[in-house]
Amino acid sequence: MSALPHASAGVPANPGTALREHAFTFLVWLLLLSMPYWMGAVGGYTELASRVVIMGLAAMALNFLLGFTGVLSFGHAAYFGLGAYGVAMTVKYLAPSTPLGLLVGVAVATVAAAVIGGLIRKMRGVYFAMVTIAFGQVFYFITFRWNTVTGGDDGLTGWRRVPLHLGFTNVPIDTNDKAFYYFALAIFAACVAVMAFILRSPFGRSLIAIRENERRARFLGIPVEQHIWISFVISAFFAAVAGGLYALLNNFVDPRALRWDMSGNFVIMAVLGGMRSFWGPLIGAAIFVALQDYVSSQTENWMSFIGTFFILVVLFFPRGVLGLIKRRASK
Amino acid sequence: MTQLILFNVFNGLIVGAFYALMALGLSLILNLSGVINFAHGGFLALGAYIAYSLLPFTGFWGALVIAPVLTAVIGLIVERVLIRPLYGRDPLYSLLLTFGLAYVLEDVARAIWGAQSVPFQVPASLTTPLSAQFFFLTGYRIFMVVLVAAAVGGLFFILNRTRLGMRIRAGTSDLETVSTLGVNVRILRNLNFGLGIYLAGLAGVLAAGLLGLEPTIGTSLIMPSFVAIIVGGLGSLPGTLLGGLLIGVASGITTVYFPSATEAVIYVMMGIVLLIRPRGLLGEEGRLQ
Repeated sequence: MSALPHASAGVPANPGTALREHAFTFLVWLLLLSMPYWMGAVGGYTELASRVVIMGLAAMALNFLLGFTGVLSFGHAAYFGLGAYGVAMTVKYLAPSTPLGLLVGVAVATVAAAVIGGLIRKMRGVYFAMVTIAFGQVFYFITFRWNTVTGGDDGLTGWRRVPLHLGFTNVPIDTNDKAFYYFALAIFAACVAVMAFILRSPFGRSLIAIRENERRARFLGIPVEQHIWISFVISAFFAAVAGGLYALLNNFVDPRALRWDMSGNFVIMAVLGGMRSFWGPLIGAAIFVALQDYVSSQTENWMSFIGTFFILVVLFFPRGVLGLIKRRASK
Repeated sequence: MTQLILFNVFNGLIVGAFYALMALGLSLILNLSGVINFAHGGFLALGAYIAYSLLPFTGFWGALVIAPVLTAVIGLIVERVLIRPLYGRDPLYSLLLTFGLAYVLEDVARAIWGAQSVPFQVPASLTTPLSAQFFFLTGYRIFMVVLVAAAVGGLFFILNRTRLGMRIRAGTSDLETVSTLGVNVRILRNLNFGLGIYLAGLAGVLAAGLLGLEPTIGTSLIMPSFVAIIVGGLGSLPGTLLGGLLIGVASGITTVYFPSATEAVIYVMMGIVLLIRPRGLLGEEGRLQ
């Protein structure tokens, strides 16, 4: 089911499954490329399609660490939010340039992840999760308290995304929703391709080895701590890209983009879609974003709804959509 | 100036006592069951709101006794129904579940008691300042410190002197052996969870009297509690207590000199501790993995 035939089970796939994998990947891309054109027919809108792609990227970035390295970070909203604030603040204060904004946002978040990842790489399991939760809050409080620069609780307004200057042409991502969607999708595609490439490389294989059996991986000479640290930074890097796009999508960013509940959302997306498969988190993100859009328009008790949803997914649906399909298929 | 610093140190000590009370409950559950109870803040709020509803019938003292017990009973039921099925699975799942539960508890509190903050009356005998010079030393604050100290003392008494406590401690270091020796691990975990939730409920009643009561009261206290556990040392309850008090005092002192860093300073402390001593101040070696 995934783009990485061997990655999930660790067993060589037979030619039939390989074919099915390719067909599935093809289908995913087909749906993504055509999304703005059928979104309206199913009751959505183009902005919602962009949100699916962006949240999908964030969830897949988290899953690089969670699903393919086996390390639970519950604080990825920090890097997502740093990417978002990096873009917003660069466009507002420095220079009205979308690529420069993304660059700054991603760089800041990656440096933060490298420092924090270095501090916590020796921790495992629940303790790793707890430290990442706690560290995630630092940036929340900084943006919350530093009103003069970040806009505090009200968020950072007074800036808009600017058209993309490509030299030969201008892409109107600021006024045309579809143009922005394809801009986001192009970045999504590049990120996903790089992640898939890394996971197929010997380095990616050693990450999966760490997930499956850390002690054995260590005996094989894999520098486990260093690999987990690198995986953490890569994962945060892509989460920051998603965060930057998220700020551009909304023309706005507020501290909720890097609060703990956002981190929880990423984890539930990954679990819901199936964290052992490459595309699972994207599917989880699509379901989550659609539900969020629908439910928050119907009721004020979004929190009860999403909380119950978390509980039900954990109790009855822990393998996620793709995990379930895969299990059916192998029977 | 001295008075201002004293005031804030004392304030920090009180806030730190809350963190410690919360963090001790979290630590108990984490150490024995490997569950990060994200809903701990939700239980704290629940305890506070139950006390608020009991006030007209039982008065403050009755509510102080009954509310934490009722909260603990709810905790026992929640553990039995929702959390027990998740033992032995990836810790990710219990974390996600309690995370969802935290949402539900907060929303339930909002639906029943309203989104606005409600006044929580403490007896007048406790609110008058004890001295004009040290105006911040109201009876309620002193009473709180004493009560938190008593609760912590009681907890350590239970852990060190009773059969249940010894089993909890033994289970924390090797649950399988404890199980082999004929202890019912399911009940042990259940009671341990209830004990942790009791502490959260008690902290809730006390916090409501000091900070006022609104549905988000738990969320604002749970993050520092995580920090308290990490600073104090994973797996060590005295460490958790020390961590809670330390970060409380640190943020109290920071309020004097650099108010906007009040929250951030505890995370800086956590970073420093992790850098110099990754297992925390009093943490056991080898707990991290």
